[in-house]
Amino acid sequence: MTDEIRPRPHQHGFPTPEDLPTDTGREQADSTDVYSDGTEVEARSQWLLFRRKFLRHKLAMGSIVFLFIVTVLAFFVEQITPHAFDEPNILMRQTAPTFEDWHLFGTDQIGRDYLTRVLLGAQISLRLAAIVAVLSTVIGVTIGALAGFYRGWIDSLLMRITDLVLVIPLLAVLLVASALFGGGDPVRIAILLALFLWTSLARIVRGVFLSLREKEYVQAARACGASDLRIIVRHMLPNTIGPIVVNLTLVLAAAILIEATLSFLGLGVNPPLPALGRLMDDGRSSMLTSWWLIILPGVVLVSIALAINFIGDGLRDALDPTQQES
Amino acid sequence: MARDIAEPSTQPMRVGEPLLSIRGLVTEFATADGVVHAVDGVSYDVYPGETVGVVGESGSGKSVTVMSLLGLIPQPPGRIAGGEVLLEGRDLLQLDSKELRKVRGKEVAMIFQDPMTSLNPVLTVGEQIAEAITSHAQVAKDEVRRRCVALLELVGVPNPSDRFDQYPHEYSGGMRQRAMIAMAIANQPKILIADEPTTALDVTIQAQVLEVLAAAQRETNAGTILITHDLGVIAEMADRVVVMYGGRVVETGSVDEIFHSPKHPYTLGLLSSLPRPNVDMERLLPIPGNPPSLINLPSGCAFHPRCHLGEGRSSCRTEIPPLHQLGDGRHSACHFHDEMAEETARVERETGTTIEGDDA
Repeated sequence: MTDEIRPRPHQHGFPTPEDLPTDTGREQADSTDVYSDGTEVEARSQWLLFRRKFLRHKLAMGSIVFLFIVTVLAFFVEQITPHAFDEPNILMRQTAPTFEDWHLFGTDQIGRDYLTRVLLGAQISLRLAAIVAVLSTVIGVTIGALAGFYRGWIDSLLMRITDLVLVIPLLAVLLVASALFGGGDPVRIAILLALFLWTSLARIVRGVFLSLREKEYVQAARACGASDLRIIVRHMLPNTIGPIVVNLTLVLAAAILIEATLSFLGLGVNPPLPALGRLMDDGRSSMLTSWWLIILPGVVLVSIALAINFIGDGLRDALDPTQQES
Repeated sequence: MARDIAEPSTQPMRVGEPLLSIRGLVTEFATADGVVHAVDGVSYDVYPGETVGVVGESGSGKSVTVMSLLGLIPQPPGRIAGGEVLLEGRDLLQLDSKELRKVRGKEVAMIFQDPMTSLNPVLTVGEQIAEAITSHAQVAKDEVRRRCVALLELVGVPNPSDRFDQYPHEYSGGMRQRAMIAMAIANQPKILIADEPTTALDVTIQAQVLEVLAAAQRETNAGTILITHDLGVIAEMADRVVVMYGGRVVETGSVDEIFHSPKHPYTLGLLSSLPRPNVDMERLLPIPGNPPSLINLPSGCAFHPRCHLGEGRSSCRTEIPPLHQLGDGRHSACHFHDEMAEETARVERETGTTIEGDDA
């Protein structure tokens, strides 16, 4: 923190008011305070500090780059690979990864290009996870905010519901639910997942709200005649954004893994759409002869989940104002 | 619970009806250790354009009184157990939450103690002042901005149109309190409540902020309740003074009366423990003991364990003194208020100074 240029003291001791910039202590991004002796002090905003810390977090930055590449590949898979995901090539069945005909990930049992299928699977997983993350955040924030803001019986009711959802054996119920209501449709499975993955966020938001509602500026807003909704949305939610964003990444990773589990167990996305979990399930039977069928989608799955978690770590570290820059 | 409610009468100098009348207000908090009687039968009036200073130690119920009248007491554990608060004849305690919200910030506005924590760090100061306006009226965006900038200018924030878009962390403490004052007067309130507005500020800034507060009051002609434990601020700002102790009003009077001829030993104690830069005092006379526990108020007069005047007198221990009326707007809740002249003389001898003036 010493690389900042400090204004030199004036000859007569104290700077006079005219010497000082009109905005002493100003910390707006991109703003520069110019002192009368020509020194410039670049001011730092919260946002700037956050950005700096985050950009210095190597693991998180690496993960962002990785995730960006995977996402681009996954979403433009049709333009990138020369094969369609369901186009069989009888002559090249179960081929190991090779440059021949650009089967970089090899082919599966009936000769479909495995790279295309894995990337498409990643695309489906990412989409599904995005829906889960958005939905569960909306549910979790709403429930947590109401519970933390109103306390009393509303809090008790909502938190008991949260506890109930938490103690449900997730996988068992999801298997039954996706068999009954999922129908192999990614969107419906995403909604089902979201219905179970909001609980931790609800608890976090409730906790933050409980402490925020005692803040003086919330009291002041109330004394100004602001309505409850206004206080929640304008004053309290923006102060909760850090934990919400971090939790979002965790849910994203969890959703990808759970969806893969469901697909692996045969209750996720319907064939012929390839989900990563389903690809692994299909590859399981010939695992001993064709390693790539299970290893490659597995590696992609784990890397995506890890990358998202690392980004979450980076965000958490950067958003935590008490943590020292190292 | 509301005991001995004396009805303060209208002084000739105060024209018309009181704007705000607090009558026998009782506010309690249920805690694990018992019921805390934070406010125990408090009554006082506020007239248009005047400043009522409310003094007392921490925990004497000054803030809880005004928080109660705005419905800002957390309920539970808090409970307003009795009394009425009439704002131009309308009882604020009977309003439902929706009506009360219309009163807050519009008819009764409040300035909080700590400007460092009273502004939301994630919103610009302008947005927060604008909110005070838009919470109560539909106003076009340009107009809101124009009015906010004018308000910031009024309270002496330099470069108001630039400052409008800045965040609280870009403001200094004094500036923030100015912004809080701007927010409070945004809707031309009838009553302005300032809850220790200078306590959290640097001494050098205090005077400036008080000046701004006085200007804001002149601008709106609001009746002002100034809560403080700083007698210097009271002397500077207030027209009338309400002294509170243990959740009760112990003395009321004009500033001159309170400072020159206190009629309650507690007020005298406050004055004699106050260092004065212009007087060469031999020693300060602190009030012995500690502020009373509000769960277990001393019997009788709550001040009797710390009172020199009440030593060895049984009525102080057994009877809760009523608020005796001694004149227009002049009250004392002391059984022996007529002995205060001699008591004042004794204190003057011990401290080697004068409690400014003699009994009028």
